[in-house]
Amino acid sequence: MSPAFIIIAFVTLLAAASAMSLRNLVHAALALTVTFAGLAALYLNLDAQFVGFAQILVYVGAVAILIVFAILLTRSGDTPDQAVLAPGWTYGIAVSAVVFTMLGWAVLNSSALPKENSSAPAATVKNIGEALMSKYVLPLEIIGLLLTAAMIGAVIIALREPGKTKMDDGGLKIDKTATPSAILNSPSSSGGHS
Amino acid sequence: MSPLQGCLLVSALLFAIGLAGAVTRRHAILTLVGIELMLNAANLNFIAFWRYGAHPEALTGVMFVIFSIAIAAAEAAVGLALIIAVYRHYKTSNLDELKELKG
Amino acid sequence: MSDKIQQVFETFKQLNLVDKVDQLFVMLKQLVLAGVPEALQPLVSALLSVTLILAVFPGIFAIVTIFERKGIGRIQNRYGPNRVGIPFTKIRLCGFGQFIPDGIKSLTKEDIVPRAADKVVHFLAPVVMLIPVLLAYAVLPFGRNMTVSDFDAGLLFFFAVGGAVELSVFMAGWSSHNKYSLLGAMRAIAQMISYEIPLILSAVTVVMIVGSLKLADIVAAQNHYTFGIAHWYVFTPWGLVGFIIFFIASLAESNRSPFDLPEAESEIIAGYFTEYSGFKFALFFLGEYLGMFAIIGLGITLFLGGWTAPVSFLAWIPSYVWFVAKMLAIVFVFIWIRATLPRLRMDQLMNLAWKFMLPLALVNIVVAGIWHFMTVDWQRWLVCAAIIFGAYLVLGRGLMRNQKLGKRIYRYAE
Repeated sequence: MSPAFIIIAFVTLLAAASAMSLRNLVHAALALTVTFAGLAALYLNLDAQFVGFAQILVYVGAVAILIVFAILLTRSGDTPDQAVLAPGWTYGIAVSAVVFTMLGWAVLNSSALPKENSSAPAATVKNIGEALMSKYVLPLEIIGLLLTAAMIGAVIIALREPGKTKMDDGGLKIDKTATPSAILNSPSSSGGHS
Repeated sequence: MSPLQGCLLVSALLFAIGLAGAVTRRHAILTLVGIELMLNAANLNFIAFWRYGAHPEALTGVMFVIFSIAIAAAEAAVGLALIIAVYRHYKTSNLDELKELKG
Repeated sequence: MSDKIQQVFETFKQLNLVDKVDQLFVMLKQLVLAGVPEALQPLVSALLSVTLILAVFPGIFAIVTIFERKGIGRIQNRYGPNRVGIPFTKIRLCGFGQFIPDGIKSLTKEDIVPRAADKVVHFLAPVVMLIPVLLAYAVLPFGRNMTVSDFDAGLLFFFAVGGAVELSVFMAGWSSHNKYSLLGAMRAIAQMISYEIPLILSAVTVVMIVGSLKLADIVAAQNHYTFGIAHWYVFTPWGLVGFIIFFIASLAESNRSPFDLPEAESEIIAGYFTEYSGFKFALFFLGEYLGMFAIIGLGITLFLGGWTAPVSFLAWIPSYVWFVAKMLAIVFVFIWIRATLPRLRMDQLMNLAWKFMLPLALVNIVVAGIWHFMTVDWQRWLVCAAIIFGAYLVLGRGLMRNQKLGKRIYRYAE
């Protein structure tokens, strides 16, 4: 294994470990970003150029920013002063250690691993495009549908219900005509269908 | 240890770290972060097998990873929207305190 | 070793004069590489290219800051800086030496870090901004055979590293522990993410027509001449609309006026880099301008033919001169727009991105497809232009419907 691979793998694992163990959530999110970048470097090391750049574009450029925005919107940006570990965390660590041991033993002692070829396969963008349009066109269309559904769903779930106002005595005044379901089912929004 | 085994070990360790984090941390967002790490570990596995296995010209591993990245992004979006909605209602994002079914 | 240098000289001598000047830098680099042992060649090649980029583009940045101040000053009916020559000498430059004292000032100013700021993240934010921006220059074709590293998925690499800039904006805003910084950072990220989509969609039309993500291929596809005029994509209906969408989106991506709400001095006291002073501020400033040049360079490559000449009888001018000239021309238009147009409000900004530019970019993709499949005739111009114009009218009317424009009311202090 080349020294480049060892260094990148080490940095990635270190960043992943700190992403899961830092107290401050924003630091954890930034460590996660370093993990994603390290993984992209690993993909580039394995001659998967398109996947490496797509990983940076999607994960570092979008998912990391989503996570950071969510941390800020749920007001978790400051360092917490309570405990950060859930009760029963020792069992969690033990289970993951067992999982890693099993996987590691399987990898090192398996006879089912394929014979290796060290020539770099040709994963040009042209080949990927042709495969996407010919052999994988059904998953492509389904992914389009899934992304649309996820986008609409995320917007509706996080939509602030516009009819709720906090009263001075601590109660909530709910305007039932302005909830998302009411908005969606109202006569004007359904386009005049009966 | 061959390069393929090295990649697979890194992927297994990444998966274990993600699993440990998802199970032990209290904050809901960090659970999601752990899940994203596990998905990424699986993607690394796919690419390693595509690169060092048989028939790399079929591009199966690369295709799988492209779709997996898209699905993981969609799932992160929906999961974070859920966490924000729950926070708005319960004013906490601590998983231990979210134990009532009544709104 | 010297026979390899001889070989390079031979190939150089065989070119005619125009090509000699055009390939001057390429030949110089190959000369140096031929004199270096085999094992070190990739390293030396990378170092040479990086040194050239680091020398040229900050130099262009220095000149552009002066042009910006003088240009905006003239448009506002005043002189810009007009006295600074080269310091410690008697050479008079009428203000063009302003970048020297500006640079010295930013290097020697005190570096203040707020006490409650997160020191590590505060320190790393300018670094994280500058590194992806410099990486983006690696795929731009500056001249014939003059790309630093021509990736197979070069355009995807450019957009990928462009997305990393948003992270540095967040780091700067959050680590300053300042409400204005955080607000400015959130606005800036929202704006950058919203305008990334029309940017990428307008680039997709070019990729669709060319069939490759390699930037050198895209330039080579525009290197033909009909009746003396080049086949630049900006001369087609979908290319013109695509270029305008790309232009507006790149204004928004670089946080330049009229999209500079996140960092406007009269609005939010410089937004996400309020708490930065001295060299870190200079790095942010440099990173912003270098990002502007990089995205202009990409727009030139995609729509304006990269290093090709617009008319065939001017093709003797070297390719890198054309690239820099086009870049300076578009920078001049950026400066002109900054001095002229008022700032957009945040909701106006978002409306423009999501309700106007995104649908128009999608229609543009369809029109580019129609253009590709219709027979090469005057009819395809008419059909494509009509579809785009119709979409523009519908979307423009749709946006305008929400505005209530009434008679202007004058309020006096009485």
